Amino acid sequence: MSGAGNREAVFPTRQSLGIMKAKLKGAETGHSLLKRKSEALTKRFRDITRRIDEAKRKMGRVMQIAAFSLAEVTYATGGQIGYQVQESVKAARFRIRSKQENVSGVQLPAFESYITEENNDFGLTGLGRGGQQVQKCRDVYGKAVETLVELASLQVGILVTAFVILDDVIKIVNRRVAAIEHVIIPRTENTIKYINSELDELDREEFYRLKKVKNNKKKALDEAEAERAKLKEQESEQEGEKLTISGSDEPADILADEEEKDVIF
Amino acid sequence: MAAPSSYKDRNFLAVIGDEDTVTGLLLAGIGHVTTGANATRNFLVVDPKIEIEKIEKAFDEMTSRKDIGILLINQHVAERIRYKIDMYTAAFPAVLEIPSKDHPYDPEKDSVLKRVKKLFGE
Repeated sequence: MSGAGNREAVFPTRQSLGIMKAKLKGAETGHSLLKRKSEALTKRFRDITRRIDEAKRKMGRVMQIAAFSLAEVTYATGGQIGYQVQESVKAARFRIRSKQENVSGVQLPAFESYITEENNDFGLTGLGRGGQQVQKCRDVYGKAVETLVELASLQVGILVTAFVILDDVIKIVNRRVAAIEHVIIPRTENTIKYINSELDELDREEFYRLKKVKNNKKKALDEAEAERAKLKEQESEQEGEKLTISGSDEPADILADEEEKDVIF
Repeated sequence: MAAPSSYKDRNFLAVIGDEDTVTGLLLAGIGHVTTGANATRNFLVVDPKIEIEKIEKAFDEMTSRKDIGILLINQHVAERIRYKIDMYTAAFPAVLEIPSKDHPYDPEKDSVLKRVKKLFGE
């Protein structure tokens, strides 16, 4: 929460409060989803790392077997054949082909090994002694190299995957997670707070206004009442006066027993 | 992402390693020697007396060649030019550290695994 200044420019109305609340909810949902996505990607990446680790351990064993078979060759031929082998190399028999594999939408380069049967540079190696061991050693190393090629494939794959995942996804996802967490959610919360306080303020004002109006009305009513009471009083007073006046000279009753003078014609 | 031209013509493996490793891999048939004015070999035998500059030169040469897809290098040799391998970031050729007869493989030292772990901030 960084101050009241960090909020969206909205009018503090009930409608925009509703919109803001929906937005906050959406941001929270998005945040949890993205967080889960980044965790899933990291987990997948760990899986790949573990696989490559296992493959490398396997490679260790394969290379050990191959080295042993080479030792057999050395023993059988009765000397180092390294120099002879190095000198008789001409063209590669064991080659690789690069191709692209589509792994869940990501183009991964991969290697594929193949053997060109026509050239054989080591026809004479071990001709005198240990030819069988040399042949066996070639097979063993051939298999070892195949494993190595597979491993290289996996490794190139993991590097490219790592880069792709990292650059295209994890970074963006993490950035979005951070943005939602540190910018959007606080700002929306601030906005909601602001709207709420404004609405409360309006409520209080309204209440006060109503109270004032009621007061005024009551005052007016009281005044009117007082006026009326006064008037009434005045009226009744006047009436009393009238009564007293009329008591003094009331219209003569014709039937009154006052002796009337005879009327003489 | 690697452009197609950067990996299409990579047909060979290359190896930098001790004599036994190189001999074995050559027996398997990965060796390729071109003759002529700029004769090249795709393997280098590292004996204990070889200078580091020579290994570095071979590494640079092999990683800059356009026909090599995978560069195999013995881990104990890689240790000697570790900073160079740590700096090497291209996908092709793939640099693969392999164990040798006398030096078992140690995943902790592997540049690729280290780099991948660093990328993910571990």
